[in-house]
Amino acid sequence: MIKIQQEDFNVGQQYTRLANNPEAGAIVFFVGCVRDMNQDESVSGLFLEHYPDMTEKVIEQIVSQAQERWHLSDVNVVHRVGQLEVNEQIVFVGVSAAHRNDAFAGAEFIMDKLKTAAPFWKKENRQGKSYWLEQRQSDVQAANKWDV
Amino acid sequence: MITIRLFARLREQIGQPLLQWELSEPMTIRALLDALITDDFRWQTLTETEVLCAVNHQQVTFEQVLKSGDEVAFFPPVTGG
Repeated sequence: MIKIQQEDFNVGQQYTRLANNPEAGAIVFFVGCVRDMNQDESVSGLFLEHYPDMTEKVIEQIVSQAQERWHLSDVNVVHRVGQLEVNEQIVFVGVSAAHRNDAFAGAEFIMDKLKTAAPFWKKENRQGKSYWLEQRQSDVQAANKWDV
Repeated sequence: MITIRLFARLREQIGQPLLQWELSEPMTIRALLDALITDDFRWQTLTETEVLCAVNHQQVTFEQVLKSGDEVAFFPPVTGG
């Protein structure tokens, strides 16, 4: 299940959805939240823009690639858009599998690829001004490590 | 006619999220960008930083040939997650 939405998500509900499968022996999930600091500056919130339709398609492709590489039972991805304040949840990536190695790898792969391929852009509010974030080289390296 | 969409910083720099463009003949995205710059110098900004492009929601290179009815999008490297 892939959802792009403005409203918050409930981690418990997401977990229950993944756990409600008799073949799910392992569940791994990641939640990304808005940090209060970036580049030594205080962050008061951020705005998340996306490219409707393309975002869903790209995430579907990433999930398909993960399912081809590992034995995954279920995958849930929820990504929020719009104005978000500090400490709010941004993204949920959860994977269930029969075994933990597949679940760990699948969740990390989906998250790494999402960060460098899914069309979302963050504009951060810092000290009364807003700045579009630049892509981090460390995120690109994290995504590329799966291709070698 | 094609639809051109802009996102994030590029949308702000050009000052509009989308526009329609009459495509007289099939051309590459690179040729389209040259035509856009000739029409309005502000489009030059798309050549000054790393810009990605997609056609009909699929990321492509600037050598992709456009045809009437396509939706082409320009955007900066992504920063979600």
